[in-house]
Parts: sequence; structure tokens; C-alpha cells
Amino acid sequence: MSSLSVSNEQTTAAASGKAKVIQPAWVRALHWTNAFAMVLMIMSGWQIYNASPLFGFSFSPSITLGGWLGGALLWHFAAMWILMVNGLIYLVLGFVTGRFRKKLLPITPEGVISDAKAALTGKLSHDDLSKYNSVQKLLYAGVIIVGVLVVLSGLSIWKPVQLQWLTALFGGYDAARYVHFFCMAAIVAFMVVHVVLALIVPKSLRAMITGR
Amino acid sequence: MARKRFIIPGVDKKLLVRDATKVMPDLTRRRFISGGASLGALTLLTGCDVVNSSSAEEMLKQVSKFNDAVQHWMFNPNALAPTFPESAITKPFPFNAYYSLDEAPEVDGKTWKLEVRGLVDNKKSWTLDELYALPQVKQVTRHICVEGWSAIGSWTGTPLRDFLKLIGADTKAKYVWFQCADKDGYNSPLDMATALHPQTQMTFKFADEILPRAYGFPMKIRVPTKLGFKNPKYVISMEVTNDYKGGFWEDQGYNSFSGS
Repeated sequence: MSSLSVSNEQTTAAASGKAKVIQPAWVRALHWTNAFAMVLMIMSGWQIYNASPLFGFSFSPSITLGGWLGGALLWHFAAMWILMVNGLIYLVLGFVTGRFRKKLLPITPEGVISDAKAALTGKLSHDDLSKYNSVQKLLYAGVIIVGVLVVLSGLSIWKPVQLQWLTALFGGYDAARYVHFFCMAAIVAFMVVHVVLALIVPKSLRAMITGR
Repeated sequence: MARKRFIIPGVDKKLLVRDATKVMPDLTRRRFISGGASLGALTLLTGCDVVNSSSAEEMLKQVSKFNDAVQHWMFNPNALAPTFPESAITKPFPFNAYYSLDEAPEVDGKTWKLEVRGLVDNKKSWTLDELYALPQVKQVTRHICVEGWSAIGSWTGTPLRDFLKLIGADTKAKYVWFQCADKDGYNSPLDMATALHPQTQMTFKFADEILPRAYGFPMKIRVPTKLGFKNPKYVISMEVTNDYKGGFWEDQGYNSFSGS
């Protein structure tokens, strides 16, 4: 009798333990790999930008990577492989496992507005981290799209002859540089908000590290 | 735009660390060295980023070689660089070098000869008049600098592949290596597939005028499928070779293929 109840308890614990996994291992691995590659790409990208600034400012050398243009280009064109391969795996798994559909959809304007209001007034619930609120859905879906655009615009700057159809899609070489820059700016803005919110709700950060 | 930088800014990091450990008290020194000279400590000592460590540099060099191979594979010998109407030409077209314009080579066109070396049947040197007599074509294409900026220019000259055929070059060789009159000796290797590309040109004219000193008189190699630094100016010799002989910027860390 007692042994039965124990095994029952174990099953329940195992089941609830399983249900408690908020971020599966593959998401966590790809997330942190992406974060690492993104930081390398952005910091080396700032150094590359400094060689021929698009706007009236440069990035401080203290926050750039590579030391000079040649060094930054080496970093940029090395980290791009990590970013692209990791990103490709993420996109494939996101679609194949149905994670994108289940986690990020639907996104409705009403939902975004009401959740944004709730967040700003401190009323947004964080009880169930496995379900994203509408603002999260919008930002995550948005940054995935921007991530795809930053890679494509980068490729079109890198290969404006071999991939000239892609460069033309972005409005030519010079326009593609601006697209690439603004995608970077959007990703940096996302990262700032993302990190601040993760620190405000630390259990979401824990979930991305330990899974629970 | 003209600037000259080096990966190693005059300080050998390993020597610096070794010297720094010498002045430490014995125990500290031992702990510092046995502790594997933590990356943070290295940063403090050298004032350089962790990422400048030599193992990182070695890794990046290997990836750059891998990227050479990827670009070689991506290179389509039949894909032409986009061309533009004359109205799109950038005016004034920028002068760009690692020296100022008044330091640019002044080549005497009367005595200048193009030296031809290496795996070719006919190693005769060519005077400017002899080269001018070859059939020429014009292209209006985009020059893209490794720094990111671009400018559209008009270049006229002889397709390099026609010249290579004329001199009986071994087109199965790996490179055509160019040497130039720039101060400090500019040179750059061009892979044979790109050398044989229909738009790769021995350029004698810019905007229908004899190539001015600013743009590489008497001869520049225009390669619209490569970044600007792979378009040597003030060319004095070319060598068809199977050896990778390096290049002015390539040796400092710019990716060697640098295809567009």
C-alpha cells in the first residue's frame, strides 16, 4: 500500500517536474550561443562602422572589438558563421517543433495594448512563464524578423556582385548599409529592454539558464 | 581616408607580460604564472583586450582562410558586376590611399615599362604605347572600399584575360601577383579565376581621360568583383605564379580573397 503511494507520488512529481520545464534545452543552448555571437557581431560591427561612418558619430573604441578595421572584419566574418548556423538551426526547430506557432501566435493589437498598459502599471502577471504575454510575443517575433534582415542585409553588403539580386532587394549597396545599421540599432534596443526586463523578473532569467 | 595601421601596435604582448612578471615579488610571480596569467590580468597588464591574444589571432586567421575558400566557391566567373549609366558616376571620385595625394607615385610614362614575369611564354616588357595599342573597353562600375564607402567610376582599358592570353600565361596557375610603385611597395595577389573574369581590366583611362596620377597612372588593375584594395594602382610588374606571395594589406589582416 505504502509502496504504491510512493510510486504514485514519484509519478506525479516526475510529471509535474516535466511540466515545469519552461525553456527546453535546445532553446537555452541556441539562445546563449546567439547572445554570444550577437555581441561579437555588434562590437566588431561598430569598429567597421567607424572606418566610414554613415552618420556624424563614431563608436568609442572602448566598446568596439578588433582594434582596427582589419581586426574587426576578421571578427565579424568569423562570428557570422556562429550567428548564421545557430540562427538557421533555431528557425528550423522553431517551425518544425511548432514552437513559433504555439509560443508567439496569435499577436493581436488589442492584446499588445492591454498587456503593455498592464506592464506599465505593474499589473502584468508573471505567474506562468511558459506563456508569453502579447508584448513579449510581439518583441520576440519582431526581433526574429530583424535578425533575419540583419543577416540578409549583411550578406548583400558582403557580396554585392555574387548576390546582386539580394543587394538589389535592399535598394542597392549603399541602401543595404543603412538597412544593416538600423537592424543593428533595433537589435541593440531590443537587447537593452530584454536585459532590463529579465533582471526585473529574475525567474525568467533563471528559466533561460536552468530551464525551470 | 588615408590611414595606416598595424595589428601589432609596436608592442610584443608576450615580452611585455614576461617583463612585467620579472618586477613582481617572487611569490606573486609564481602564482601569477601558475594561475595561467588570467585573461583579466593580461588585460590589465597590456591594456589590450583579451580578444587580442595571439591564440585568438591565430584562430581568426584560420577562419579568414576558410572564408577565402568559401568565397572562391561562391565566385561565379560569369556573374558580371552591375554597370551604371555615365550619369551615375561619383564626382569627384575619391582619392584613397594610405598616403596623401602629394605622396602618390609620380611615374614617367616615357620610361615606364610593365614587367612580366613567371609562368608566361613571352616575358617581354611592355611600354605604355604598346599597351595603349591593345583593344580597350569601358566599364562604369561601383568601386567598394573595404572601409564600407563606395563610388561609381568609369574605367577604360584592356581586359586582363586578353593580355594574359597574348603573353601566353599559364592560366592554370593560381595567382597573378602585382607589384606597384607606391611608397613602401604595394603589392597584391589576384586569384586566377578573378584575373580571367571578363570585367577584370588593365586600366589606362578614367572618365575617358588618361589615368590621372591620383587614380594610378600609368596603369591600374580594375577588379569590380573585389574590394578596392584588391585593385592595385601604379602597377610596375605582374607575375603569374602558383605561390601565394602575400600583399600589402593582406599581410596586415585584410581577407585575401575579399570578393564582392
